[in-house]
Amino acid sequence: MILMRMSKALSKVKLPYLLLLPGFLFLFTFFILPILNLAQTSTQTPIAGGDTGEYEQTLRFANYIDAFIENREQFARSFIFAICATLLALAIAYPLAYAIAFKAGRFKNILLVLIIAPFFTSFLLRTVAWKQILGEEGFVVPPLRTFGIIGESTTLTSTSFAVVIGMTYNFLPFMTLPLYASLERIDPRTMEASGDLYANGITTFRRVTLPLSMPGVVAGTLLTFIPAAGDYVNAAILGNPNSKMLGNVIESRFFKIVDYPTAAALSFTLMAAILILVTLYIRKAGTEELV
Amino acid sequence: MTKVKDATIPTIPVQARLSRWFGRNLIRIYAFFGFTYLFIPVAYTFAFSFNDSGKSNLIWKGFTLKNWQNPCGAPEICTALGNSIKIGLIATIFSTILGTMIAFAIGRYAFKGRSTSNLLIFLPMATPEIVLGASLLSLFLVFQINPGFWPTVIAHVVFCVSFVVVTVKARIASLDPRLEQAAMDLYANEFQTFRRVTLPLVAPGIAAAALLAFSLSFDDFIITNFNSGTLTTFPKFVYVSAARGIPAQANVIGSAMFFLALAIVIAGQLISKKTKVTK
Repeated sequence: MILMRMSKALSKVKLPYLLLLPGFLFLFTFFILPILNLAQTSTQTPIAGGDTGEYEQTLRFANYIDAFIENREQFARSFIFAICATLLALAIAYPLAYAIAFKAGRFKNILLVLIIAPFFTSFLLRTVAWKQILGEEGFVVPPLRTFGIIGESTTLTSTSFAVVIGMTYNFLPFMTLPLYASLERIDPRTMEASGDLYANGITTFRRVTLPLSMPGVVAGTLLTFIPAAGDYVNAAILGNPNSKMLGNVIESRFFKIVDYPTAAALSFTLMAAILILVTLYIRKAGTEELV
Repeated sequence: MTKVKDATIPTIPVQARLSRWFGRNLIRIYAFFGFTYLFIPVAYTFAFSFNDSGKSNLIWKGFTLKNWQNPCGAPEICTALGNSIKIGLIATIFSTILGTMIAFAIGRYAFKGRSTSNLLIFLPMATPEIVLGASLLSLFLVFQINPGFWPTVIAHVVFCVSFVVVTVKARIASLDPRLEQAAMDLYANEFQTFRRVTLPLVAPGIAAAALLAFSLSFDDFIITNFNSGTLTTFPKFVYVSAARGIPAQANVIGSAMFFLALAIVIAGQLISKKTKVTK
């Protein structure tokens, strides 16, 4: 009886809902539910006299305050590093995307493939490669030492600098591709028109090209900033104990200390902070178009 | 106009000419350095795949082909690679099917809840990987499911679906609706139109999405690290061995993947160029 009614009801439902159903059921179970569960975990407290890793539900919101105060340095570092990496990536990727969009001619497609190509070598291998290139036996440090550009005791690896360089490198394609997509859409005649109206190159760029490419700038900075803020691999491979990011803390809370509530609270704070920053940023940049 | 310009060049002092050339080509020079930066670690990885290094591949010790002849030489490495490929293939199939269905629903139909659906697709992409990984792991722990192969596959599908939707949706949006109308005018029913017109036109987008899903899955470390338990994958293998120096065989596999993917992308471009010409 119920089955019959259900099949009748189903046949009335429009096709789009049927198409959405399996995917959204999946996302609900394995994306929404886990996030809700994480929110629940974040307010648990250890069971008195229990083993490590045993927690009970207590709705202790002070977990958030404790976790934040205890890890405020790593928290700040995550955002500072991510912002630095995003700005650096923008500075490197914008001219790159501009050159491909307007100056590459028939090499356009090849150059685009070359932007994505490094992606295919495992990103961990590339990060480790940076560690060795910038390391004591790499080909960067010895010549810099010889010419006295860096001191005998200065190292390039195990520094915050190396972490930012690594993140910039790893997320560069995320910045370049959206920039290219929006630059490529610009009608070159708008720039010619600006030149005809006696604007010099800089004015044309500032008043025509840059504003028209803003959707790409917004998408690129978001796609770079979000993974960078949550990253811990670069900090783990290229950094030192004093350049740990929030991701490193969450990872070690989960696996080494088995402190699920703190890890959950930190994850949630990170996500909330990113969402707030992203919303403010989109408002400010004034583009509703996303991805 | 250009002739006049050319004629004036010899009268300009060398310095000015140089700076002029520099100004005109500045962006190209910049792009050249940009690409160099992108490829330094790739070239390094490739070069050190030929290193006769023994266990840790830190210092150049001499050229050898033996790493390429025996890529499974390092313990565990091919098990890890096999796991990565298996997880990647299964996650690609599921996320491509689910994502393509969602993309058609969102890209093709106006229905109530469309913007909410868009938001639900955007959210996993806006969530840092570590939060995705950690939250899934805590869900699995609640249901007492041990981390391992299938939890990793599920985790990969979660973050791949959104990318598939975005890629396929873009392709659907660029379709000319008149082609489908023409098919209907020629008495094709809805299903025939879909099978013979719409699907072949969207197919390149689906293929690109599948390729993207596989490469995202294959290269993923953070989410995998949370949900795979004791199972090793290729990125996990690299991460774990990074502490004591990764074996040159890892460089071999990384380089091989690079060339393989490059070949697939170039072949894809050639095929699409060919079909354009025949059209």
